[in-house]
Amino acid sequence: MKVSIFVTCLADTLFPDVGRAMVTVLERLGCQVDFPVAQTCCGQMHMNTGYARPAGDMVRSFADTFAGAEAVVVPSGSCTGMLRHHGRNVAPGVHLPPVYELSEFLVDVLGVTDVGATFNGSVTYHPTCHSLRLLGVGDRPYRLLQAVKGLDLRELPEADQCCGFGGTFALKNAEVSSAMGEDKINNALSTGAEVICTSDSSCMMHLGGLLSRRKSAVRSMHLAEILAGQG
Amino acid sequence: MAKQDSTLHPRPGVAFLGMPAFTEAAHIALGDDQLRRNLGRATRTIRDKRTRAVGELEDWQDLRTAAAMIKDRTLADLDRHLEQFEAAATAAGATVHWAADADEAVRISTEIVRAHQGTDVIKVKSMATQEIGLNEAFAEDGINAWETDLAELIIQLGGDTPSHFLVPAIHRNREEIRQIFLDRMAEVGRPAPDDLTDEPRRLAEAARLHLREKFLTTSIGFSGANFAVAETGTLVVLESEGNGRMCLTLPDVLVSVVGIEKLLPTFADLEVFMQVLPRSSTAERMNPYTTMWTGVTEGDGPQELHIILLDNGRTRALADNTGRQALRCIRCSACLNVCPVYERVGGHAYGSVYPGPIGAILNPLLHGVSDEHDAALPFASSLCGACYEACPVKIDIPTVLIEQRAEVVEERADSGRPSAEALAMRIAAWTFADHRRLERAQKVASKAGPVVQHVRRLPGMLGGWTASRDLPPIPDESFHQWWERTRGADR
Repeated sequence: MKVSIFVTCLADTLFPDVGRAMVTVLERLGCQVDFPVAQTCCGQMHMNTGYARPAGDMVRSFADTFAGAEAVVVPSGSCTGMLRHHGRNVAPGVHLPPVYELSEFLVDVLGVTDVGATFNGSVTYHPTCHSLRLLGVGDRPYRLLQAVKGLDLRELPEADQCCGFGGTFALKNAEVSSAMGEDKINNALSTGAEVICTSDSSCMMHLGGLLSRRKSAVRSMHLAEILAGQG
Repeated sequence: MAKQDSTLHPRPGVAFLGMPAFTEAAHIALGDDQLRRNLGRATRTIRDKRTRAVGELEDWQDLRTAAAMIKDRTLADLDRHLEQFEAAATAAGATVHWAADADEAVRISTEIVRAHQGTDVIKVKSMATQEIGLNEAFAEDGINAWETDLAELIIQLGGDTPSHFLVPAIHRNREEIRQIFLDRMAEVGRPAPDDLTDEPRRLAEAARLHLREKFLTTSIGFSGANFAVAETGTLVVLESEGNGRMCLTLPDVLVSVVGIEKLLPTFADLEVFMQVLPRSSTAERMNPYTTMWTGVTEGDGPQELHIILLDNGRTRALADNTGRQALRCIRCSACLNVCPVYERVGGHAYGSVYPGPIGAILNPLLHGVSDEHDAALPFASSLCGACYEACPVKIDIPTVLIEQRAEVVEERADSGRPSAEALAMRIAAWTFADHRRLERAQKVASKAGPVVQHVRRLPGMLGGWTASRDLPPIPDESFHQWWERTRGADR
């Protein structure tokens, strides 16, 4: 199957490994991966901060870049949610191709839960708010992780609580954002897991930044990176 | 931090006056460990109970949809339902007053009390009377308003303001409550027993004895209403303690202040709301006391009933295409209990009698966003969506927040105030408009990477990030560059 990937501006710039991992997983499953180079951003940051007009421009630009795509796969529940639920509001009349968050695409479209990955270590999964509530991905990420060889999946207490990133909320209300993130990290650390896994680079950046400030040995990783692992 | 800044005391009714805007208020609240412990424990308990109570109903999602649709249908035709209500209530012997704003509602209330030479009134817990600042206005006129809800009594005796719809004293623990009773009850009536402990049973008993005096000696009662039924002119109050029923039945004169959005078209519509409200608010299948009254009945209950229908910004909200759904709100507080922001900062940080996610949208809808306090509220959310998921009348709070953020940005642009944020957003939009610009920016960032990575404090708004979080290392090669280098030839 031919799939187009939307790597997202954040992963493209700060976490290119996430994009590479997604390519690895999709190709391992026999997909022909296309990366339209004209892609930039879904417009979420602008829309969520109150700048709807430029956000609309970005959605239109996304639609042009991915025009005719059979399926667009995104390593972010948040950006997928933006395009699927807000895209038409900020860019009326725009025609968007089918857009899937990575776990949705693997489980629903490819019909796979075992992607042939191996990961030796303990992992706890933070289901990001937009994956959980805007997209309703449910247990798809857990099913994918459970099928990874060698992976010890630990249940995260209060998993459905927001990690506190929230886009520019992390800057505008930085103290509340950090307080939420600290509680999320304490819950993750209570599991004894070596890795906090999420399916959004933004949550990963927030939690990773807090872990780094604490000089914790626990790492934050994207779901795609774990699913790409082999031995 | 100066001592007087360590607690937040907004003036109810006159929202925001003397209150710091949300971000600053949140800073103060986050520094209060006791508050965070009280709140964390309480909201977690209520949250878990609500999830169980709601989980018992297989048709919960259908009930939410029905509740939302009934409210929307009523709001779409509100003028007609209000007139129908007025006619039915009047025919049943009530006197209906119309109040365009808080001042008018207070003036009507004061005139009614004066007409009976009243000096004291007893009150059922009511958000509407708090919204109009009734107790404070009465105090200035020499009228004592006695709150009879246990939590409201704690708030009133403590010289405090509520921080939650349902659990107004959620920010207080048992020991604090014991101390308030010992210190203050004697000044305003029957004193607390000297040997009072912080056992809930003993605290409730002290309040009961204190309040009994008020019930038996006060001839004017004030209430709000959870619902007002248009076809019958009936008002409805749901409560847990029984104090409300005492206030609604013992006095000679009853005054009910009712927001115009409380209307339901028919008595049968209550069926849906009697299921969704208790489960969403107290996590009960049914609340202990439901009182319904229609006009006056000779020889039974109050012989004079005044109903003050309150606008106070509601028609303003009704005119807002996206925001009008906030008028569906039944003040159950489910959104407060699931909100991670509310859980960390408490209700006072919102600077209004309407705190939490619903307050964050309702205040700007009622007042507009020209005031800095109202303008800060739409940003007091991580947009996690937990409030929308919990809301029994399906108010899409995140979407309304986003719309209001745009209003704030527009208002700032119109006022001509230069903003660093607007500039940053313009630069970002310009960069994202063309992938070659983005790639150039990525190259610059990766060169600056080794330096930026060691920056512990960035200037301006970005400093909010580095105060508590490190920046990720900026990689040498973006995904774009990697693709071009490794796969570019394919294209």
